[in-house]
Amino acid sequence: MNFKNIAGLLGAAVVAGGMLASTGASAEEKIGFVYVGPIGDHGWTYRHDIGRKAVEEAFGDKVKTTYVESVKEGADSERVIRKMAADGHKLIFTTSFGFMNPTVKVAKQFPKVMFEHATGYKRAENVSTYAARFYEGRYVVGKIAGKMTKTNIIGYVGSFPIPEVVRGINATTLAARSVNPDVQVKVAWVNTWYDPGKEGDAAKALIDQGADVILQHTDSPAPLQVAESRGVWGVGQASDMSKFSAKAQLTAIIDNWDTYYVERTKAVLDGTWKSQDVWGGLKSKMVEIAPYNDAIPADVVALAEETRKGLMDGSIKPFAGPIKGQDGTVKVKEGEELDDGVLLGMDWYVEGVQGKLPKGN
Amino acid sequence: MSGFEWLVPVILTVITAATPLVFAAIGELVTEKSGVLNLGVEGMMLVGAVAAFATATVTGSYILAILAAAAAGGFLAFLFGILTLSLMANQVATGLALTLFGVGLSALVGQDFVGEPIDAIAKLNIAGLTDIPVVGPILFGQDPLVYLSFVMVALVSWFLYKTKAGLVLRAVGDSHDAAHSIGYSVIGIRYLAVLFGGAMSGIGGAYLSLAYTPMWAENMTAGRGWIALALIVFATWKPGLVLVGAYMFGGITILQLHAQAAGLDVPSQVLSMLPYLATIIVLVLISKDESRIRKHAPACIGKIFHPAA
Repeated sequence: MNFKNIAGLLGAAVVAGGMLASTGASAEEKIGFVYVGPIGDHGWTYRHDIGRKAVEEAFGDKVKTTYVESVKEGADSERVIRKMAADGHKLIFTTSFGFMNPTVKVAKQFPKVMFEHATGYKRAENVSTYAARFYEGRYVVGKIAGKMTKTNIIGYVGSFPIPEVVRGINATTLAARSVNPDVQVKVAWVNTWYDPGKEGDAAKALIDQGADVILQHTDSPAPLQVAESRGVWGVGQASDMSKFSAKAQLTAIIDNWDTYYVERTKAVLDGTWKSQDVWGGLKSKMVEIAPYNDAIPADVVALAEETRKGLMDGSIKPFAGPIKGQDGTVKVKEGEELDDGVLLGMDWYVEGVQGKLPKGN
Repeated sequence: MSGFEWLVPVILTVITAATPLVFAAIGELVTEKSGVLNLGVEGMMLVGAVAAFATATVTGSYILAILAAAAAGGFLAFLFGILTLSLMANQVATGLALTLFGVGLSALVGQDFVGEPIDAIAKLNIAGLTDIPVVGPILFGQDPLVYLSFVMVALVSWFLYKTKAGLVLRAVGDSHDAAHSIGYSVIGIRYLAVLFGGAMSGIGGAYLSLAYTPMWAENMTAGRGWIALALIVFATWKPGLVLVGAYMFGGITILQLHAQAAGLDVPSQVLSMLPYLATIIVLVLISKDESRIRKHAPACIGKIFHPAA
C-alpha cells in the first residue's frame, strides 16, 4: 500500500465516522429560546433562562438548547425567529409580548416547527400561548403593600400600557384598598421593559411624589435599589431581588417557568404536543412568592399567606365584584367576576389609581 | 424656605441624569473638533461602565475604578484610532462597529458581575456647608464625578479657545491640509483627541455603574451614547451649550416622570418624547445664527486625512 492509498482510506474512515457521529447527534432535538432582554437583567429574562437550564437538566443529551438574547421586538425578532426555525429547531419559545406577530408569521411558513409564545393571545395549529397569572402574585403583594404603607401612596413603575401591566396595577390596587381604603396608586410609565437608569429615575420621581412602597413591571433591580437607598419599601419583580435591597424588599413575585418548559419539551419529544393556551398562576406554581422580609409584622404575613392560599384553592378571586372603575362607575357587580377574556383585554383602571391610562401598544 | 424644598430631590435627580451625558459629550466634542467623528460613544461608555464596576467590586477603590474606566474607554478609542487614522478606514463605519464591539465586549466581561450590587460612590458631605437648606445638598453634596464633569467642561472650553494647543486642534479639525502644511502632526493630534474622547466616555459610563444605578447590567447605557452624540451637534460644538443641552435633556426626562407620578393628564408616550423634542428645539433656536455655526463646526469632520506629499 502506498501513501496515497493509506491517506485515502484514512480520509474515508474519518468521513464515515463523522457521518455515524452526526446521525447519532441528529437524534437530539433543538429547542430555541428568544429573549427580549439580557439574561443579566436579573429579572424577566433571567427566569426564562433558568427554565431553559431546567430543560437541559431534565433531558440531557436528548435536547440541545440555544438562545438569543436582547432581541428587539419588531422586525429584528422576525429575522431571529425565522433563522431559528430554518436552522432545524423543533420547538421555539418566544418570551415577550412584542414577539407575537413575528411568531405567528414565521409559524405559518414553518408548519412543522412548534412555537410557544409567552404572554400573547394569537394562536395557530403550531403556536401555543402561555402566560402566568402574575396578577395573583400582585394581589398578595397588594395586601402587604396596603398594610405597610404609611403615606397611603403606592408607586408603580410601569413599562408599557398593555393589558398585562394594567391587570397588575389593578390587582395591586384592589388588594391594597381592600385592607386600606385610603390607598392611592401612582403610575410612572417608562415605555421600556429594561433600562435601569430610567427605571431608577421613575422610582425616584414616585418616591418624591410621596410613595413609600415601590412596585414595578420592569425588568431590572434599579427601582429596588432606589427604594433601599431612600429607605422605602419595594417588591422584587420576576425574581428575588433581595441582593440589591436587603432591607427594602418586602417580598418578590417570582416567575417559575421550569415545570412548564420541561412539560412542553417532553410533549415535543413524545410527539404529543398540541397547541394550547395555558395561563397558570400560584396553583400551578408558575407564580411564586419569595420569602417575606423579616420586618413585616406577623399578622401581615399571616394575611399574605391566607391570601396566597385562597388564590390557590380558588376561594379568593382578585377580580370578583363589586369593582368600581376609575370614573366611579360599577364595572363588576357584586357576585360577578371578570372572565379571562375581559382580563386579557383590560384597558381601564380601577378606582384608586391616579392618572390617565395612556392608549396601549 | 419650605416652599422650595420639594425641588431639591428633583434637582439632585436631574444632576445624576445629566452627568453621564456631560462626560460623554464633552469628550466626543474634543474628538470632533479635531475632525474625527467617533460614533462609538455608546460602546466606550459601556466598557467604561463594566471596567469601573469590575474594578470597584474587586479592589474596593473607586479612584482605581474611575481610572480603569478611562483606560477602558481610551483603549477602545485607541483601536478606533488605529483603524481610522493609521489605516484610513471610514470613520462612520468604524465608529458603528466600535459601538457593537463595546456592547458585546462589556457584556462578556460583565457576565460574572451581574446581580452583584455595590455601594454607590460616596457623596461629598462637608459639615456645615452640606446642611444649608436647599443649596447645601445641591452645591456641596454631590459625588466627586459631578464636580469633575463641570471642571472638565470648563477645562475643555478654556483649552479650545484660550490656549495655542487648542487653536492647533481646532485648526486640524477645520482644515487638516493647511495644518499639515504648516508642520503640525495631524494624525498625532487626532490620536490624542480620540483618546481623550474615549477616556471621557469611559468615565461617563463609570458614572452609570458607580453612582447612578450601582450595578452592572448589560446595555445599561440604553442609548445615552447616541444622545450625547446628538447633543454635540445640536449644541453646535460649543462646550457651554453641551452642558446646557445635557441638563435640559436630563431635566426634562426627570420632570416628565414627576409629571406622570403627579397624575398629569398627558399620555405618557408624549411625555417620553418631550426630552428629545425640547432639547432639539431649544438648541436649534439658540444656534440659529448661521455664521456662528460655521465658526464652530469643524469643517473637516469625518474626512479622512491623506497627507499630501
